[in-house]
Amino acid sequence: MTSLWPRIESLLAQVTKPARYIGGELGAIEPVWDPGRVAWLLVYPDTYEIGLPNQGLQILYEILNERPDALAERAYAPWTDMEAAMRGAGLPLFSLETARAASEFDVLAFNLAAELTYTNVLNLIDLAGAPVRAAERGVDHPLVVAGGHCAFNPEPLADFVDAFVMGDGEEVVGEINAVVAAWRADAGTRRELLPALAQVPGVYVPSCYAERVSVDGGRRIEPSVAGVPERIEKRTVADLGQWPYPKRQLVPLIEVVHDRLNVEVFRGCTRGCRFCQAGMITRPVRERPAVQVQRMVRDGLARTGYDEVTLTSLSTADFSGIEQTVAAVIDESDGTAQVAVSLPSLRVDAFTVNLAAEIQRVRRTGLTFAPEGGTWRMRQVINKLISEEDLYAAVESAFSQGWRRVKLYFLIGLPTETDDDVLGIARLARACVEIGQRHQRNVTVTVSVGGFVPKPHTPFQWFGQDSVQELRRKVALLKDAVRGVRGLSLRWHDPQATVVEGLVSRGDRRVGAVIEHVWRNGGTFQEWSEHFDLGKWTAALDECGLTLDEFCYRDRDEHEPLPWDHVSAGLHRDFLWQDWQDALAEQGVEDCRWTPCYDCGACTGLGVEHVVASPVPPAGGSQGTGQDRSLGGAVPVRFLRTPTSTRTTPVLAGATVVGSEP
Amino acid sequence: MRVRLRFSKLGRIRWTSHRDVARLWERALRRARLPVAYSAGFSPHPLLSFGLALPTGCESTAEYFDVSLAQPLDPTEVVDRLGPMLAPGTAILAAAALPDGAASLQEEVTSCTWQIDVPAVTPAVLSEVSAQLLEADTLPVRRARKGRMEVDDLRPSLRALSVRAGHDGPGSVLDCELGTRPRGVRPVELEQVLGFALGPARRTCQWIEREGSRWEPLTPDAAIAAGVVARA
Repeated sequence: MTSLWPRIESLLAQVTKPARYIGGELGAIEPVWDPGRVAWLLVYPDTYEIGLPNQGLQILYEILNERPDALAERAYAPWTDMEAAMRGAGLPLFSLETARAASEFDVLAFNLAAELTYTNVLNLIDLAGAPVRAAERGVDHPLVVAGGHCAFNPEPLADFVDAFVMGDGEEVVGEINAVVAAWRADAGTRRELLPALAQVPGVYVPSCYAERVSVDGGRRIEPSVAGVPERIEKRTVADLGQWPYPKRQLVPLIEVVHDRLNVEVFRGCTRGCRFCQAGMITRPVRERPAVQVQRMVRDGLARTGYDEVTLTSLSTADFSGIEQTVAAVIDESDGTAQVAVSLPSLRVDAFTVNLAAEIQRVRRTGLTFAPEGGTWRMRQVINKLISEEDLYAAVESAFSQGWRRVKLYFLIGLPTETDDDVLGIARLARACVEIGQRHQRNVTVTVSVGGFVPKPHTPFQWFGQDSVQELRRKVALLKDAVRGVRGLSLRWHDPQATVVEGLVSRGDRRVGAVIEHVWRNGGTFQEWSEHFDLGKWTAALDECGLTLDEFCYRDRDEHEPLPWDHVSAGLHRDFLWQDWQDALAEQGVEDCRWTPCYDCGACTGLGVEHVVASPVPPAGGSQGTGQDRSLGGAVPVRFLRTPTSTRTTPVLAGATVVGSEP
Repeated sequence: MRVRLRFSKLGRIRWTSHRDVARLWERALRRARLPVAYSAGFSPHPLLSFGLALPTGCESTAEYFDVSLAQPLDPTEVVDRLGPMLAPGTAILAAAALPDGAASLQEEVTSCTWQIDVPAVTPAVLSEVSAQLLEADTLPVRRARKGRMEVDDLRPSLRALSVRAGHDGPGSVLDCELGTRPRGVRPVELEQVLGFALGPARRTCQWIEREGSRWEPLTPDAAIAAGVVARA
C-alpha cells in the first residue's frame, strides 16, 4: 500500500513528455482507500494524450468514485521509453492518482476504442504483474474487464479478458461492483466470481462459453456452464438526461488530443451509414435535453477555463436543439474570453456551413466534410446519400464565407467499388478546388482517404475487404488523377494497417494467439505508424496456421456463423442481411427518426425509443439519407419531460467523422 | 495595463514544460474571469508574455509573466482572484503594475540563481571541484545545436558557485549563478564540467543587472505570501 512515487519520479528525467506520468489534472479525484470499497483501475491502452480525453472512461471514473462501495483511479499505456525504464527498475503499472501498483486494485478495466491497441492491452496486463491469459490468473490477481465499441466482437481478446461489458456502462458498472464486493466479502475463488458476473445483464464472461466447431467448419460460441444466457444483449441508457456526466471533465496539465470541453449532445445515430459500426451499435438515438446541454456548456467553460467546446455526437448538426444551443453558447462569450465551438460529424450542406460560420467567427481555419464515396452510385451503396449539389453548395458556402481550407474524407475499398468510383473522388475534389478558386486566390482542398474495414454488427459484416495490393493500386490511381492539381493535396492511410485492423475486427477466438504472438515479439503501439509492423502480424498468422484470406478477404455467406453472433447490439440479423442486399442493389434507406420503423430491432428489443427533443426534423431535414425534407411532425417520438443533463462515445475513426476543424 | 506576476513551480508540476505552464495560466485567467486583453486579427490570443523558459524537471520560486488587461485592475485583486485557480505546486509570490513601455522579461534578465541538490557528493569534495572550476579560464562543454554537436565555453556564464551541506544525508547543495546572455545556461550542463550527476535544481532568483547594480523583476511580497498561507 505504499506510494511508488519516489521511484517513479527518479525515472522521469530520462523519458519524453514526463508529465504524462504525474497526474494532477483539474478534476482528478484522489480516492479514499478503505476495505469496504472495490478498487478499480481504469486503463486506456494507448498514450496519455490519446486516452485522457476519453469521455467513456471519465464518466465511469466519476460514477464509481461517487459510490460509497467503490473507488477508481486511472492509468494509461506508458510510452516505450518509460516502459523500458519501468521494467529496468522493476516498477509495475501504477495509478496516476496515488501511484499505487496495479496489483493493489480489485479490477483492471480497459476501454477498447481501437482494435490495434489490443497488443497494448496484453502488455498492460503483463506490466500489472498478472499472467496475460485469464485461465492462468488466480484469486490474487485483479479481475480484468473490458468495454467500449470494440467489445462488440470480444472473441480476439476472449483468452485474456475475464469479462466484457456490452453497450453503455453507466448502469452496469455499479452492478458489477456489487457482485465483486459480495464475492470479496465471502472470500470466494475466481471460479465462483466469474459465473456470478455472467448473470449480470450485458456482461459476457468468455470462460463460461466455449467454441463449438461443427462438421461444416462453422464456429459458434455457446454456453459451457449452466444458467448463463445464450446471447448477451447490450446495455442501453434510456435517458441521457439522467446521466449528466462527466460533471467535472478532467483538464490535463499537458496538451492532449481533443483538448477542449466536450459535451455529449446525443448518443446513437439512425442515418444508417452502412460502413459505420458506431451508428449501428449505439441505436436508438437518445438526445440530451437542449437546456441541459446549455447548462453543461456554461458550467464546464466556467470550471475548466477552456475557450473551446465541442458538442459531441455521431452527427451533431442533427441535434434537434442545435440552433438554440449554438446561439446560447455564443451569448456566453462575453467579449474577453472568446469561446469557439466545434461540431464534429457535420452534415454536408449549406445550412451546416452557415451554422459553422455563426459559431466560428473567430479562428476560421478549416472545415471538414465526409462524402465518403466518390460517386452517387457508391454513396447509394453505403447509404450516405449526399448529392454532388449538396457537396458543391457546402463547399461554395464555405469558401465564400472566408474559409480557406476544406478537408474531404473518403473511403476506398468499399463493397462493389469500381475504378470509376475511386476516380470519382478525384473528380469531386478537383471541382471543389475550382469552386474555391472562384472565391479566393489560395485555397487548399485536402483529400483524406481511408481504407475501409468491415465491422461486426453492420450490413457490411459479410463483405470481403480489399487486399493490401488492391488498396495500394487504388491509392496509386488517385495519386495519378490528382497529380499537378494546384491546391489539392492527397493523404491516405497505410493499407497494411487497414488489413490488420480488419483481421482483429472480424477475428474469432483463434486470433487471440496471433495478438499474443505479436505482443511477445515486441509489437506494442500498433496504432502508431512508427511502431506498426505488418511483418510481425504475418509471422504470427503463419505461426498459428491462420490466413488473412479466411478472416479478411472472403465474402461470408448468409448462414455462416459469425464470431460475434452470441453478443447483440439489438440489431436483427435479418435486418442487417436485408440492408446488405439493399446495398448491393444500390438502394438507400431513410433516417428512421422521422419516418416509419424498419424494425432493425434496436428500439423494440431494448424497450427504448428514440428520444428527440423536437418532433420536427432540423432545418435541412436528415440530409444525407435521401429523406423528404418537407416531412416532419407526424412521427412517433417521445418528448422529454424534464430537461436534466451527459457521456460521450469516443469520436469515431476519421472515416466517419465529418466536422469543423478548429 | 500590464501586470507582472512572480510565481513558484514546485513539486510534481516541475515535469510540465514551459509551454504547458503558459496554457495553465491562460486557463486559470479565464477561470478567474479576469479581463485579459486579446490580440487583434484572424486568430486572437490572450496577451501574455513569459520570461526565460524553465527547463522541464526544474523547480522554481522565481518564475514571471506579464499579462495585459483590457481594463485597469488593482494587482492585489488580480492575485486574489487568480490565486484560488492555480494548479497544485504553483502559487503567486508577488504582483505589480508595470509602467508603460517597460521592457520585457526576456530583454531584461541577465542571470539566474540556482540551488542544485548533489546527493551523492560530500561538501568537501564538491568544494574542491568547484574551486577548480572558478579558477579555470575556460570550461568547454559539448551540446547539440540544430542537430550538430558544438563546443561552448561555459566559464563566462558561471558567475558564482558555492557549496553547502545537504538538508539530510551526506550530500551537498550547490548554489550557483548562471548567465543568460548570449544564451541561458541550464543547470544540467554543469554535470559535464563537474563530473558528477546532479539532482533536482531549483531556480530561486532571476536578476536584472545594469550599470553596476542588480535587482529582481519583483521581490517576493510578504503580504501575498501571508494570503497564500491563509488560504491553504
